[in-house]
Amino acid sequence: MMLMMTIFRALALAGLVLLSWPAMAVQPDEILPDARLEARARALSAQLRCMVCQNESIDDSEASLAKDLRILVRERLQAGDSDEQVRSYLVQRYGDFILLKPPFKLETLALWGAPFLVLLCGGIAIVFASRRRIRDAAPRLSESERARLEALLGADKSPEGADKSPEP
Amino acid sequence: MIVETGHYALVLALALALVNSVAPICGSVSGDRRLMAIAPSVALMGFAFTAYAFFALTYAHVTSDFSLANVVENSHSAKPMIYKISGVWGNHEGSMLLWVLVLSLFAAAVALFSGSMPEDLRANVLGVQSWIAAAFLLFILLTSNPFARLAEAPMEGADLNPLLQDPGLAIHPPLLYLGYVGLSITYSFAAAALISGRIDSVFARFVRPWTLVAWICLTLGIAMGSYWAYYTLGWGGFWFWDPVENASLMPWLAATALLHCTLVMEKRDALKIWTIFLAILAFSLSLLGTFLVRSGVLTSVHAFASDPRRGIFILAILVVFIGGSLVLFALRAGGLKQGGLFAPISREGALVLNNLLLTTCCATVFVGTLYPLALEALTGEKISVGAPFFNLTFGPLFVPLFLLMPIGQCLAWKRGDLAGAAQRVFVAIAAGLAAMLALAAWRGGPVASVVLSGIAVYVIIGSFADVWRRLFGGGASFAAAGQRALGLPRQAFGAAFAHAGIGVTLLGLAATGWGAEKIIAMKPGETVSVGGYDVTLDRVTPRAGPNYSEMVAATTIRSGGNVVARIEPATRFYPARRMSRSEAGISTIGFGQVYMSIGEMTGNGAVNTRIFWKPLVALIWIGALLMAFGGGLSLSDRSFRIGVARRAGKARAGSPQLAE
Repeated sequence: MMLMMTIFRALALAGLVLLSWPAMAVQPDEILPDARLEARARALSAQLRCMVCQNESIDDSEASLAKDLRILVRERLQAGDSDEQVRSYLVQRYGDFILLKPPFKLETLALWGAPFLVLLCGGIAIVFASRRRIRDAAPRLSESERARLEALLGADKSPEGADKSPEP
Repeated sequence: MIVETGHYALVLALALALVNSVAPICGSVSGDRRLMAIAPSVALMGFAFTAYAFFALTYAHVTSDFSLANVVENSHSAKPMIYKISGVWGNHEGSMLLWVLVLSLFAAAVALFSGSMPEDLRANVLGVQSWIAAAFLLFILLTSNPFARLAEAPMEGADLNPLLQDPGLAIHPPLLYLGYVGLSITYSFAAAALISGRIDSVFARFVRPWTLVAWICLTLGIAMGSYWAYYTLGWGGFWFWDPVENASLMPWLAATALLHCTLVMEKRDALKIWTIFLAILAFSLSLLGTFLVRSGVLTSVHAFASDPRRGIFILAILVVFIGGSLVLFALRAGGLKQGGLFAPISREGALVLNNLLLTTCCATVFVGTLYPLALEALTGEKISVGAPFFNLTFGPLFVPLFLLMPIGQCLAWKRGDLAGAAQRVFVAIAAGLAAMLALAAWRGGPVASVVLSGIAVYVIIGSFADVWRRLFGGGASFAAAGQRALGLPRQAFGAAFAHAGIGVTLLGLAATGWGAEKIIAMKPGETVSVGGYDVTLDRVTPRAGPNYSEMVAATTIRSGGNVVARIEPATRFYPARRMSRSEAGISTIGFGQVYMSIGEMTGNGAVNTRIFWKPLVALIWIGALLMAFGGGLSLSDRSFRIGVARRAGKARAGSPQLAE
């Protein structure tokens, strides 16, 4: 299915036919001289979505929009914004869509809760199923059979005795 | 003319599929053996006609028949031959044709290799398989006909998307489809078993090899696609949690879970309901993936709404097949007798836990992939669910899976001894911890990388703990162990290799944290040091390809002054589509890779480069190869050979009647 992914990517690129040369994701001239600031910018960009691409972060994307956003992020950082300030600045303009990690909200409750819910329900279902399995399997012997089995076991302590079906 | 016969053959294949979707099942219901007996030959003929249709389309592509809309849109006379052939499935119509080709191939395989199967089971399996074939053949003929002619043929085609002009296209989609569509067989088996009401360990024994085949192909297909993305997209990423990738990951997770629980059903006659459900689920997820990819719903809900013909058709197929099988399941599952008992701590218990975790992973991917679509459709609000979400949710689910994997293998059936199992993997635990400490001391670095590497070492070594014990248990000599190895079922080795493969992949993933990257504008003659290697850009020269022109950056990699490798990263320009793509230069050193891609030339003669050192990165895909190898070993196990299955099948199929 990578095939379709590349097609989608190609479609995204096709919008930019003006470029006769493939732009690379992060370009040398974008990089900030301050290494710590640059590292923050990279970490931040990896969490931000290029809106014209398929689930690609602006750090990975070749689209020109992504480049503009990368530069914007770096400008905000240089202006002294914290990571959170940069994020909320972008969310104000582009909405939650730009965040690759969706925020915890009422609308995303089911999304974040799903893994735990499935795990929990699955676990409970397994416990119940195994109980039922034991219950279903248990009453194979009638009372008189059980009494006879116990008498036999009492007479012969060997565990193999338990496997032999008692005579009717 | 060949094109028209191909089109006609496709219609005939549909007619045959319709025959096979009714007659054999009627036969099995009424007990008419003649009706049941036609299923295999009709399935074989259906495959022959579909294969001919596929050949006809390939012929049109190879001969650049520009009177065909499909060829015009996706081919060019100057395109190299390999891409003319692989271009057949590099588009919507052709890939759907490949889809039904694989579908009919599996039906034909069942027809050929199922002499030992109970007659009614085979009739029902082929019948259900034909329903799927009929639905998709109808889809192709009504909405996506690859044989549509143009009134006026142009002189030249529009060429294939340059990103697809890669050997990856020749291998990746066929492999992936073999896996994806191969799961249709498990679905057909499940539906057939539900129809006939015969759900026992014989069913598990027959369904397991087919699941294995599909799983091996799916594993290889996903890995191949991931490597293709890695080398072709120019920034060294290999997995993007893209909805399209997720669409292939979900069936893989379900198929992996299915493989493990058919083992329980086959050996212990337990977990029947769950096995049937998983068999339905795995193929349902394949169908869902097909819908997601083929309907255009992913690009946007609105794009889907504006031209919904194809999407609605696949959606209808989806609803009918998933809904139908679930109704059948609901009707029959209640009457199923639970099989063998087992204690919570036992091999069965471990496999149940494995299934719980894998299914939760699968559900997580499912929700993460579809949530944005659902939210947008319901409220109009757009959100993104990307890598950070999946890493946060998927990771915590997979880590316990890794930790439990070797221990589970060492537990006995029915009732296991946890302390004993832990003792058996003691060496692996010690090695894992030692690896963690050593790496922490040597590299320091990201905690996640150190911890995951340790877990990977533990998994790799622990995977062989069970085999080791069975070979060398009781202090056996090497000669004795060799004797025992011959007697040990290949499934045991298969499981060990497949599990070790997971560990190897994990090691590759963990090591990404130690990678190095340089993004820099380089002039010819300049040298950059990345991850201990000196990378020198020698010169940048233009070069002409068959249907593109490229700018090649001849580059030399040195280590301590010695030349290690020469690479040629390039950017290619395809004039037919006025599109470019980059071609990364990759040199594999040990299991690591130096990866370099180039971009724009800057004004002063320098070229923008991005150079990575990716330690152990090749292990990501080598691990997948190991998994597939393990699967292959299991598949060659003698218990799957037809004679054994026949005898076992007859013995078991016969016994209930005797008992009655």
